[in-house]
Amino acid sequence: MTIQSIILAGLDGDRSWRLADYVQRGGYEALKKILAQKMTPDEVIAELKKSSLRGRGGAGFPTGLKWSFMPKNYVGDKYVVCNTDEGEPGTFKDRDIMRYNPHMVIEGMIIAGYAMGAGTGYNYIHGEIFDLYLRFEEALEEARAAGFLGSDILGSGFSFNLHAHHGYGAYICGEETALLESIEGKKGQPRYKPPFPASFGLYGKPTTINNTETFAAVPWIINNGGEKYLEAGKPNNGGTKIFSVSGHVNRPGVYEVAMGTPFATLLEMCGGMRGGRKLKACIPGGSSAPVLPADIMMDCTLDYDSISKAGSMLGSGAVIIMDETVCMVKALERLSYFYHEESCGQCTPCREGTGWMYRVVHRIEHGLGRPEDLDLLTSVADNICGRTICALGDAAAFPVKSFVKHFRSEFEYHIENKKCLVPPDVQRSGSDFFVAGKN
Amino acid sequence: MLQLEIDGKQIEVPEGSTVMDAARQIGTFIPHFCYHKKLSIAASCRMCLVQVEKAPKPMPACATPVTNGMKVMTRSEVAVKAQKDVMEFLLINHPLDCPICDQGGECQLQDLSVGYGGMASRYQEEKRVVVNKNLGPLVSTDMTRCIHCTRCVRFTAEIGGFQEMGQAFRNEHAEIMPFIESTVDTELSGNIIDLCPVGALTSKPFRFSARAWEMSRRKSVSPHDGLGSNLVVQTKLDRVKRVLPLENEDVNECWLSDKDRFSYEGLTAEDRITRPMIKEGGQWREVDWHTALEFAAKAVKGAAAEHGAASLGALASPHSTLEELYLLQKLVRGLGCDNVDFRLRQSDFSADGKRMGVPWLGMKIAQIPKLDRVLVVGSFLRKDHPLLALRLRQAARKGTQVSVIHPTRDALFMPLAARAVVAPDQMVGTLAQVAQALAGIKGVALDASVPAVTVGDEAKKMAESLASGANGAVFLGNLAQQHACASTLHFLAEEISRVGGLTLGFLGEAANSVGGYLAGALPAVDGLNAARMLAEPRKAYVVLGAEPELDCADGAQALAAMEAAQAVIVLSPFKGRATEYASVILPVAPFTETSGTFVNTEGRVQSFNAVVRPLDETRPGWKVLRVLGNLLGHSGFDYDSSEAVRHDLLGESAEVSSKLSNGLSRIAVTLKPAAAGLQRVADVPIHFADSLVRRAESLQKTKDARPPMAAMNAATLAGLGLSAGDKVKVKQGAGVAVLSAALDDTIAAGCVRVSAAHPTTCGLGAGEITVERV
Repeated sequence: MTIQSIILAGLDGDRSWRLADYVQRGGYEALKKILAQKMTPDEVIAELKKSSLRGRGGAGFPTGLKWSFMPKNYVGDKYVVCNTDEGEPGTFKDRDIMRYNPHMVIEGMIIAGYAMGAGTGYNYIHGEIFDLYLRFEEALEEARAAGFLGSDILGSGFSFNLHAHHGYGAYICGEETALLESIEGKKGQPRYKPPFPASFGLYGKPTTINNTETFAAVPWIINNGGEKYLEAGKPNNGGTKIFSVSGHVNRPGVYEVAMGTPFATLLEMCGGMRGGRKLKACIPGGSSAPVLPADIMMDCTLDYDSISKAGSMLGSGAVIIMDETVCMVKALERLSYFYHEESCGQCTPCREGTGWMYRVVHRIEHGLGRPEDLDLLTSVADNICGRTICALGDAAAFPVKSFVKHFRSEFEYHIENKKCLVPPDVQRSGSDFFVAGKN
Repeated sequence: MLQLEIDGKQIEVPEGSTVMDAARQIGTFIPHFCYHKKLSIAASCRMCLVQVEKAPKPMPACATPVTNGMKVMTRSEVAVKAQKDVMEFLLINHPLDCPICDQGGECQLQDLSVGYGGMASRYQEEKRVVVNKNLGPLVSTDMTRCIHCTRCVRFTAEIGGFQEMGQAFRNEHAEIMPFIESTVDTELSGNIIDLCPVGALTSKPFRFSARAWEMSRRKSVSPHDGLGSNLVVQTKLDRVKRVLPLENEDVNECWLSDKDRFSYEGLTAEDRITRPMIKEGGQWREVDWHTALEFAAKAVKGAAAEHGAASLGALASPHSTLEELYLLQKLVRGLGCDNVDFRLRQSDFSADGKRMGVPWLGMKIAQIPKLDRVLVVGSFLRKDHPLLALRLRQAARKGTQVSVIHPTRDALFMPLAARAVVAPDQMVGTLAQVAQALAGIKGVALDASVPAVTVGDEAKKMAESLASGANGAVFLGNLAQQHACASTLHFLAEEISRVGGLTLGFLGEAANSVGGYLAGALPAVDGLNAARMLAEPRKAYVVLGAEPELDCADGAQALAAMEAAQAVIVLSPFKGRATEYASVILPVAPFTETSGTFVNTEGRVQSFNAVVRPLDETRPGWKVLRVLGNLLGHSGFDYDSSEAVRHDLLGESAEVSSKLSNGLSRIAVTLKPAAAGLQRVADVPIHFADSLVRRAESLQKTKDARPPMAAMNAATLAGLGLSAGDKVKVKQGAGVAVLSAALDDTIAAGCVRVSAAHPTTCGLGAGEITVERV
């Protein structure tokens, strides 16, 4: 039987975020199992390695391996940090995990603390979902009251404290070291690595940072075994993945599917293209992933390897669907503005380059493009790539490079004719927003 | 050790080195902006990107740790392409108007853009404009030029010890700024001008007054605090235009205090005197040198003949050169007089005759960071010794335990192991407690003259800290040296050093605090010291470089003595109040216009040459004293250079270390009960400490130069029925000053802080002080 849903399974009740509901669904059984069977931290990590769980925040780094980097015999505090600073355009999966299944994240973090010998955890929650920060605080209270959190958990002698921390909405604070700076009360700016957080993290102590979805996957793996999880997906791409699908589909939303599911299947689950129009392009992994034209995308399966082979990234699983009513210049203008706005301003190529790219795309969109602009854009993007402290520089450059690469003729049309290839009324027809009577 | 190859050259570097460290070791230049050897690594400018074999992308040399067998290419196609690309980004929003930028000609961005910039910019969009910030009277801003290297931010946080700057906002709207409504006020702020690689932060006093290439660069030595910072004085058309640090790792590293950097403005003060003047019949008139010197010689000789040689007195500023001090004492002694002193702010001279040598730092300055335990007694550390404080701060941040005994809880911006904030008269007792506790821990007996005391908690903590180290020191600061029981403090500090196996050091008050002793500019046999020369007024005074009313311990008494004397011969670059009491004023050169020597607090003999010609008829002090010696008919005044004077004093080698010692023979320690009345804490504000800095216009606008107030803690204020802001009458000795009362909870109970060396407070005398509402 194929498993399609792990994290979002059984969330149909009207109070699924409550402890009682979670426990009824088998919640905290993994924690109890570890403590009852006295599993060693190494055994927990071995299970994760078997599962081939890879980081769900975007980079896809093997989680078991990451956990094994934490120094074992370190004397002093170690930290586990959950990254719920979900701020990339198109990404809204962690929000729903937090909204409907916060205890699964908590349980995953407790297990992480156990496996890595960390006594304290922080969940850094994006500032623009403040209501979920409050909900998470409530969940923490429930867990503490039930003895799942705090000192001597379930009489095992193991102690773990977990705190919620909300940011103020800066995208850069989703970068793990900027996130640490922000928790420390400083301006959210990425640190240069090395040293990596596993040796010099929060307050200079060994720290492991994982995405919300990653932590949420952990209890199931402990309950059912790493092999089962791996089987749910495909080799090197274990388990299921939650996709936040937005754009021109009939039912945008959050979908959990097994790794390796064909893209076409996901599209079907979403009710197909809106208005029966044709798929033009898809950004498969959040706005920082390179865009793929429809024909390439339709041949992909949803896993790290397949999409990477196609020239993009699975990233955080934010699938942005664009149909033929989309002007690619305008779409890129919007994305470039985002990265220009969200660059932290610390290192030169990103600080200066993102504004440059945005201004050039903006000019093209507004009929002031020059023939040499496309080569300039590609060149500026190339000059940012791989030269910055963190990945935001790359994230800003990838859309520019891929849009110009795959849709160059559309850009050229814009420059030559000082107007859009897709007529304005067609563009408007693509959005519900402009449909008479709806808004 | 790690092996690596840079551009084909094999080198070996210690573990933990970065690629930048390794490249510097072999003299390979890697372009950079944010990297600075004294600051933490930011890795944000990305200019130092280099190619590393097997690395998928270029790596920043400043932040990449060396690994064994690494191969680095700094000039390969990949590396240079990366560097050029970063340069393009740096320039897109930077104004390309070097001809109107004050940094032009000495700008790192300009220099590197020659090698790495394009002929024309590909950037055709709008450029960023940033509103300037007010950083105070010393640092001028042109923030549109900022390239966000954050050197200034890191300097204030890491070296200054208090973060006064930060980067606000995101992306290209990021701005370097001070805290809202704040300026940059530490005594080290000028260093951010040097650190800024572009024209964003420039010197406000110097701004737009000369171009880097128009000026001559000349070496000199700072005439201010005891450190003797090495200077590069830049001059144009025989005028000093600005002062920069001359890097000397053993002295000032690459830093300067604001006082060292901006005091040059005083050189052109309004009351600078450039021609000799004599007073005849109550009228001042300018005369030629011959007339003035004849007049001076006659006046001195006349007083000596009439009232005996002991009726003369010579007072010298400790900021005078070694040569001047030597010739002054030689001149006075030639007349058969032993009344000469340079220790003008000192009030307790009972250690004279008991010292085993010249008091000094007790170690090399460069050894301070290696100390693991330090006790500082009576020092306004940051203001009196900005760069020594900087060294100590770096040490404290790396784990050196620093303890402080002082009447005020000044912000030192460093972690302290223990701190006793006690009234000046209780410092002796506190030090005795530390001595006793330390002797107890070490099991060594104290000298019998130290009375038994009850050891308090803080003293115990200090003793425990001192006892637990391997390389500790006790430092006596300016306040301890000027203290009414200075010798007792000295003796107790020596006892602490002895029982604790610590080094005893004096934080030299002025540029020639060591030099004055070496020059013999103090009474040798039966002469009067500075205090007695004023308490028992002389008939004639020779005053060298000092303004007695501001520079002496008891300003009121000094002024009265000057006014009562029948002849006062003033050798000074400035008139000051000399016109009120002098008979002749001889315009001698400030440090920029004379050659000379300062011996700093570690005993480093630093000679320097004039950087500009003497202004108008001004003459170097050593020449004036030499001619005066000739006119008085003394022998041994035939020097033809200041070097000859120095040789005469110190010999060819100028080796002085054998003369330095902080040893003191036994002094009876008596503990006084706490005084019933108020006690004055008289600091010498950093920008009033000598005649030159007093006249430096921009420094006088800083927060450190605010006029003195009568500051007390809340309890003391309330006890006097006062509240902050009240106008109060402060009486001390025969003097009165009207000041505002201020609340300052950093001051020990029962004390009032009234700064000295300021025109508003120089009328105050010594001893008991009272404060009452006007």
